[in-house]
Amino acid sequence: MSRKLRYTFIYIFLTISAFISVFPFFWMIVGSTNTSVDVIKGKLTFGNQLTANLKSLWDNYNLGGVLLNSIKISILVVVFSLIVSSMAGYGFEMYSSKARNRIYSMILITLMIPFAALMVPLFRLMNFLNLIDSHWGVILPMIPSVFLVFFFRQNFSQYPKEIIMAARVDGANELRIFFSIVLPSMRSTYAAAGIYAFMTSWNAYLWPLVIIQSEQNKTVVLMISNLASGYTPDFGVVMMAVVIATLPMLVVFFSLQRYFVQGVLGSVKQ
Amino acid sequence: MSRQHKKIGIERAWNRWGWIFISLILIGIAVFIFYPIVYSLYLSTFSTRGFLKTFVGFGNYIRLLQDSYFILALKNVLIILVVQVTIMLFLSLIFATLLNDPKLKFKGIYRTALFLPAVTSLVAYTILFRMMFSNEGLVNNLLMAIGIIKEPIRWLLDPFWAKVTLIIALTWRWTGYNMMFYLAGLQNIPAEIYEAAEIDGATKTTQFFKITVPLLRPIILFTTITSTIGTLQLFDEPMNLAAGVVTGSSVGPGNSLLTPSVYIYNVCFKYSPNFGYASAISYVIVMIAAVLAFIQFKVAGEQK
Repeated sequence: MSRKLRYTFIYIFLTISAFISVFPFFWMIVGSTNTSVDVIKGKLTFGNQLTANLKSLWDNYNLGGVLLNSIKISILVVVFSLIVSSMAGYGFEMYSSKARNRIYSMILITLMIPFAALMVPLFRLMNFLNLIDSHWGVILPMIPSVFLVFFFRQNFSQYPKEIIMAARVDGANELRIFFSIVLPSMRSTYAAAGIYAFMTSWNAYLWPLVIIQSEQNKTVVLMISNLASGYTPDFGVVMMAVVIATLPMLVVFFSLQRYFVQGVLGSVKQ
Repeated sequence: MSRQHKKIGIERAWNRWGWIFISLILIGIAVFIFYPIVYSLYLSTFSTRGFLKTFVGFGNYIRLLQDSYFILALKNVLIILVVQVTIMLFLSLIFATLLNDPKLKFKGIYRTALFLPAVTSLVAYTILFRMMFSNEGLVNNLLMAIGIIKEPIRWLLDPFWAKVTLIIALTWRWTGYNMMFYLAGLQNIPAEIYEAAEIDGATKTTQFFKITVPLLRPIILFTTITSTIGTLQLFDEPMNLAAGVVTGSSVGPGNSLLTPSVYIYNVCFKYSPNFGYASAISYVIVMIAAVLAFIQFKVAGEQK
């Protein structure tokens, strides 16, 4: 095959694939402006139902409250899990000892365990703590993220130790070194980890589904799932909800693309 | 003497700081991961119905072997694992190889476009796909317009096609994600290796199988294991793809979308709850995940 012909094939293949990847996003936005019947028939042009769909979502499905719930849960998970897991990553990396290294490998193994395996005891624990149908019931188990501990440890291993030594000589306390010297200089690591934590909590489905029962405590994802599985869902409204759930992630993705990819993938080291 | 003392003091303080820094995560993991693991093992030896809790020993595990729903759920997930993960990882590898070509133009655009699906929430994209694959929906219209099919395909109403839809949806969502791992790995392979192969007259296909695949083995292993665990845990997609399409308790037509996680959820919260039995199911899934990961390690190790 000639070189030129091969490249033509490659470009055609990549373009079709890229189109398939992006097309559902386009269709989702188109769908949010159409009526239920048009959506299900696969209409490909913009309609005039945008405000009607948005209004229906706002009035009938408590969009405002649901959005606030999701934002609240995500922000709290991000803040707490960044503090807890970055401290742990720092602790494991900077003060490594035999005992702590052994604990570290034990913790990493838990990454293999499917969440469904923890669900039943966690549900009973939340019941015992009286946290069923509460946001804290959703938040608490999402805070200790083993993946983020791993991610932070990998990144702290590249932090210049001389800076820490110099701060120690100056008599700074270890916690202060961490919070006022190390933390501020690792902004990109925190950004990537924050995106990971945000995405996990914003998109969480199974655990909130188990914990949250009342309408007023629902998250965006729960609302969509509920909305779409009704007996006769209004698919235009469903599309609007899908757009709203996806939009924050798209904005984060396009504004912080580099950190986003880092955060989603973690650090790949060979 | 006093210096020696001071040194020990510093080491002790240093060690104490180590524990202080990891204390929060240790508490969190103990409460929210280790305790559930241990408790669920204990619980799996009981049959629990409401407040009634009877010790059954291995009874739940024996019951599992004869539970046709559980076996079906496992079968579904293994079919998806073999078909979907293979197609997806192969595609990811192809995309990564093509995009790693220094002479290719518009790399950034292709990469962004292919990665974009990884941004979506699992529930949101599943519902989007459910609408696209409805009977008179977009995909059927498109296929009929091009002339590939004459009759609409009953995507979500037929057990076979429901699985195909799930596989298409999963592949759409995760191919670009896995591609990024391979791209990161490919950047560590020096271009000279390919240039040397080119001079020796190796075709692109030979280069792919003789250079790219072997050198990316650790990353291929990593993505295979994470995809395996992910597939065994499938919940959001089957749950939402099946919802509203088929009435009754069937998860997808003829339970074709029933997965272990969905089954565990149903055993806990839909049917008359039996937490003991659900724990036993989850333990079997953990074991299967561990065995599969072990096999994958072995296979990847032996090819060296």
